[in-house]
Amino acid sequence: MFYREAGDFKTSYVADSQTFPIKFDRFRYYAVLLVAFAVVPFVINDYWVNAVFLPFLIYSIAAIGLNILVGYCGQVSLGTGGFMAVGAYACYKLMTGFPEVSIFVHVIISGGITAGVCVLFGLPSLRIKGFYLAVATLAAQFFLVWLFNRVGWFYNYSASGQINAPERTVLGVPITGAETAPWAAYLFCLVFTVVCALVARNLTRGMQGRQWMAIRDMDIAAEIIGVNPLKAKLSAFAVSGFFVGIAGALFFAVYLGAVEVGEVFGINKSFLVLFMVIIGGLGSIFGSFAGAAFLVLLPVLLKNVLVGGLGWPTDLAAHFEFIIVGGLIVIFLVAEPHGLAQLWRVAKEKLRLWPFPH
Amino acid sequence: MPDQLIFGMEVFLNGLMAGVLYALVALGFVLIYKASGIFNYAQGVMALFAALTLVGIMEGQVPFSHLINAIFGTEIHHFGWHVPALAAILLTMVVMVALAWAVNTFIFKHLVNQEPIILFMATIGLAYFLEGFGDMMWGSDIKTMDVGLPQGINEVIDETTAGWFGYGFFIDNLDIVATVIAAALVFTLIVFAQYTKQGRAMRAVADDHQAALSVGISLNFIWVMVWSLAGFVALVAGIMWGTKSGVQFSLSLIALKALPVLMLGGFTSIPGAIVGGLLIGVGEKLFEFAIGAPYLGGATEIWFAYVLALIFLVFRPQGLFGEKIIERV
Repeated sequence: MFYREAGDFKTSYVADSQTFPIKFDRFRYYAVLLVAFAVVPFVINDYWVNAVFLPFLIYSIAAIGLNILVGYCGQVSLGTGGFMAVGAYACYKLMTGFPEVSIFVHVIISGGITAGVCVLFGLPSLRIKGFYLAVATLAAQFFLVWLFNRVGWFYNYSASGQINAPERTVLGVPITGAETAPWAAYLFCLVFTVVCALVARNLTRGMQGRQWMAIRDMDIAAEIIGVNPLKAKLSAFAVSGFFVGIAGALFFAVYLGAVEVGEVFGINKSFLVLFMVIIGGLGSIFGSFAGAAFLVLLPVLLKNVLVGGLGWPTDLAAHFEFIIVGGLIVIFLVAEPHGLAQLWRVAKEKLRLWPFPH
Repeated sequence: MPDQLIFGMEVFLNGLMAGVLYALVALGFVLIYKASGIFNYAQGVMALFAALTLVGIMEGQVPFSHLINAIFGTEIHHFGWHVPALAAILLTMVVMVALAWAVNTFIFKHLVNQEPIILFMATIGLAYFLEGFGDMMWGSDIKTMDVGLPQGINEVIDETTAGWFGYGFFIDNLDIVATVIAAALVFTLIVFAQYTKQGRAMRAVADDHQAALSVGISLNFIWVMVWSLAGFVALVAGIMWGTKSGVQFSLSLIALKALPVLMLGGFTSIPGAIVGGLLIGVGEKLFEFAIGAPYLGGATEIWFAYVLALIFLVFRPQGLFGEKIIERV
């Protein structure tokens, strides 16, 4: 009944190659957008924004970025935390250096700067492959965090070594700083998430995405059929870095407001985003959202159930969370190595034939 | 002799000792990678888990006491006995073998023929699980470990070098013991792999899973054995690091120290792990001493090993002793 192509006729090439070719899918997407833009901002409160929506939106961007690199181009990166830190510190320097420029521009330029750094650390990928590359990206993680910790210029020589987001407004409404209304922060991040997802989706459908996938499936074969591995790999690093940088900038400026680099952008952040990509599904934009939602909601849920419901001490609940997250990752890998996105695909196939499967 | 040079020599020696400890962790990685193609990120957490279990058994802690107390409202924490170190080590080894069996049966048996990246992710999941499990079982407070290893400054070396240079070198007894144990461990492992039936079977599996199966080698048995061996190496590493700096969460981070060692030495080579460990131990200490601390604000040890390995790999992608990577379409 749902997701049927039958009766959905296309009369132009533009209509044929649109982002969501199936009518039902398209309207579902519009409905989600409508709810996200027109309903949610009016009903959310501070707790929901800070515990669920902001982390979900921001991690989604980061997961999309990492998914492009790992899922589409096959270059495993464990440096996401470090690259997010680049975005955050770039945004901080821009915000304090050019206060008159809009924060929209700052966030986007932060993404660009991160893309540059990411390409720099992606250069070895032309020589190093597989696990060796994964470990090599850890060099970026540790070096960048160390750099932001040690070099005073990055945190404007503040005594605590922290960076704090000054208040910035969009259209007169404060977006960063202490005075921010929950809905404003939410909408600001939502705009970035939607645009990033659209860009990523269309990039991966086009020639660029196909080149990445060819490199992922077998880079030597791809090279033989005319894909330039230098261009493909570095462009994947650049695009991925751009998204991850935006996520880092938003994470610092809008979500946290104050950042201590070692704690916020440590190696655990890299693994967290990687888990989102794996659990969501490698090589799927929807999967990035699903993975981010899953790993943002799980701790909130566990905390509410274990601490709030059963009255366990918080440290015990934290240990339990580790066990559950670790166990779930293993279970997911054993049961469905292609992640939540694959479950969604299967469900779609079933829905297509429902209620008459034969 | 100028002071700087003498200090440098001391730093060099200490770096060698630290390198031995890195190599010890890296060894566990190499064992599993060789035999099953799994890049076991959980090795560091296994060391932490082994150390926690060892301390817990020695002190007579009740496992899961925190959880039991939270659920039933009881107040238990210790059995009230102390187990001698040797018996506790043996018991811990039993636990590690059980863990090896569980890991193989519940996880990796189901992931045969999956892509390496999936296997790697599974070990990260395992690392998370073990981290939470270990903390829940034994509590997350920092524990001290004392299995009777000598600690503190080695007087003989101190006095001898004081006699030679007029400046006594500070070398920890524990590091010397660790070096001896690591050397013995490597020797044993090499002998085991070369001359025993199981060791040969292990190498056969490493070469080719299917060929090994076809000549009657049980893959399951070999994998459990390899994971047990890795558990044993983790236990040794856990004892060394635990005695040195206390049993706590940061112990599991030694896995991160071992990764560049592996890159440098090559994932598949036991001697590579040793040489890589020594190179990185010495390299990072000397760099910190000569350049890091005076010019870069210190704490360069956290990334130096990675950057060194990265630069090195650009010129030799398979590491120092790794098997040559041959790629075909």
